Amino acid sequence: MSGLLDGAASEIARAVNARESSAAELVDAALARVGERDAAIGAYLTVADDLARDRAKRVDARIAAGESLPLAGVPLAVKDNMCLEGTRTTCASKILENWIAPYTGTALRRLLDAGAIPIGKTNLDEFAMGSSCENSALGVTRNPWDLGRVPGGSSGGSVAAVASGTAPIALGSDTGGSIREPAAFCGVVGFKPTYGRVSRYGLIAFASSLDQIGPIGRSVGDCALVYAAMAGVDPCDATTVDRQVEPVAARPREDLKGTRVGIVREFALGALDDGVRSVYETAYRDLEKLGAELVEVELPTADYGVATYYLIAPAECSSNLARFDGMRYGLRVEGPDVGATYELTRAAGFGDEVKRRILIGTYALSSGYYDAYYVRAQKARTLIAGDFARAFERCDVIACPAASSPAFEFNAKSDPVSMYLMDYYTIPMSLAGLPSLSVPCGYLTPNGSANPLPLGLELTAPLFADAALLGVAGAYERATKHSARHAPAAAP
Amino acid sequence: MASGDIDVAYVAKLARIALNPGEIEKFGAQLGALLEHVAALEKLPTADVAATAQVVPSVNVMRDDAVVPSLARETVLAGAPQREGSYFRVPRILAEE
Repeated sequence: MSGLLDGAASEIARAVNARESSAAELVDAALARVGERDAAIGAYLTVADDLARDRAKRVDARIAAGESLPLAGVPLAVKDNMCLEGTRTTCASKILENWIAPYTGTALRRLLDAGAIPIGKTNLDEFAMGSSCENSALGVTRNPWDLGRVPGGSSGGSVAAVASGTAPIALGSDTGGSIREPAAFCGVVGFKPTYGRVSRYGLIAFASSLDQIGPIGRSVGDCALVYAAMAGVDPCDATTVDRQVEPVAARPREDLKGTRVGIVREFALGALDDGVRSVYETAYRDLEKLGAELVEVELPTADYGVATYYLIAPAECSSNLARFDGMRYGLRVEGPDVGATYELTRAAGFGDEVKRRILIGTYALSSGYYDAYYVRAQKARTLIAGDFARAFERCDVIACPAASSPAFEFNAKSDPVSMYLMDYYTIPMSLAGLPSLSVPCGYLTPNGSANPLPLGLELTAPLFADAALLGVAGAYERATKHSARHAPAAAP
Repeated sequence: MASGDIDVAYVAKLARIALNPGEIEKFGAQLGALLEHVAALEKLPTADVAATAQVVPSVNVMRDDAVVPSLARETVLAGAPQREGSYFRVPRILAEE
């Protein structure tokens, strides 16, 4: 049974729909794996044994009643910033450490309706603020390729769950790269859909104009299957777009003939270390070998992405996180009066990175600084989105590195700005709302390391070209087979 | 847009976060470094550019003004730090006469 867990999500669903296997058996196998493997990895903050077994029974009953479900019995790991009714939902923060979600978010509910089984909630940088998962207040997650390295972040637990084989698919959220960078670090596929394609209802807000839920899986096909099951307009999230979701092709493209792939002049590979550069040079050549035409495009304002993002995202977070005041939910630390209670609660409940971002955002929005910081950043955002629009007049997708290096060691980035720069290649796409994914594109073994570490190729398409993007990534994956390699922690 | 000296204690007051003197110093230095980084935006020609709040355009999304079921009171109050009957119990917000 556990062999099925290493196969495609579509194959798991097929076997369950055909009653060759059952959701109950698959969930037992997945939970057994969590028991065997997760002590070393730490992907999960909560393992939802009882809920998972209960949901599995319900899915098996639906199959027995004659239904056919696209994700029948597929075990799912869920980033712990998404509400799942009756389950602890912490955002990896002390302020929500014991909070039980009273409802299930839309994206997750759609996956459950499609037959997926939530087996647990995964670790993240507190409130999704970070690029290494080291900002979690509730646990350490290790990279399944090298336990001395970070899994990336903020969706570090979800990518580690998939890379260690405990869950074939997972949900993450991406605000400035939080699905793509960790997917690259852990050798899995991570997809951030177009802003507005997937409902954010039930996703605890960080930066509302940027946050987007997306799938993580071992293959582009698995991500496409999850995306198709959850995309589409939702009355509970007014920013979802009421526009038909383009169907994802059932079969991957054979080649990339007729596809123009943009290579960004400002992202010249010369800035990278030799080993990293050579992996990306090979990746670009592989796209060409598949028949794609490589064209140089310019994103002159992309270099300003990190600066723009670190004004807009903190500004939105300072507003969104004002709700954590110790009154209606979560931690409360009593002070002599209500003002002191707010201040002590938030001082005790939030970690340093969350405090830093709330302070930056509060400052950028405060009287006298609003125009100089926040409004200027919103104007820079207009320029960045305009650059992408011009680039896409000349190409169909843009290819670039997902990160400038493979996964780094714990405590390697103690200075906040150096950590922020880890998202250099992912932030501009987020600011422009574009669909963007990371697909494994090669491996390198750094000096002094025992294990090869994966690297990710980031592919980005115009707004709403999600299905076309998945098609290009699928063809690349099928030809290069980099996704097929397993992390040592997932050795069968 | 000079990075200048941020009055971290004042910003923390606005943000409702209690900080000790050591934290004020630490965050002050870190925020200063970030503001130096974001000062690069001054180089962009933004004078005649419209601000973008959100990239995918949408205007006034309306719904019917219809009554729909909401979460049960007990479910919501179950997460309260303190409750009294069917109410959230919170500290007094007005001083006594």
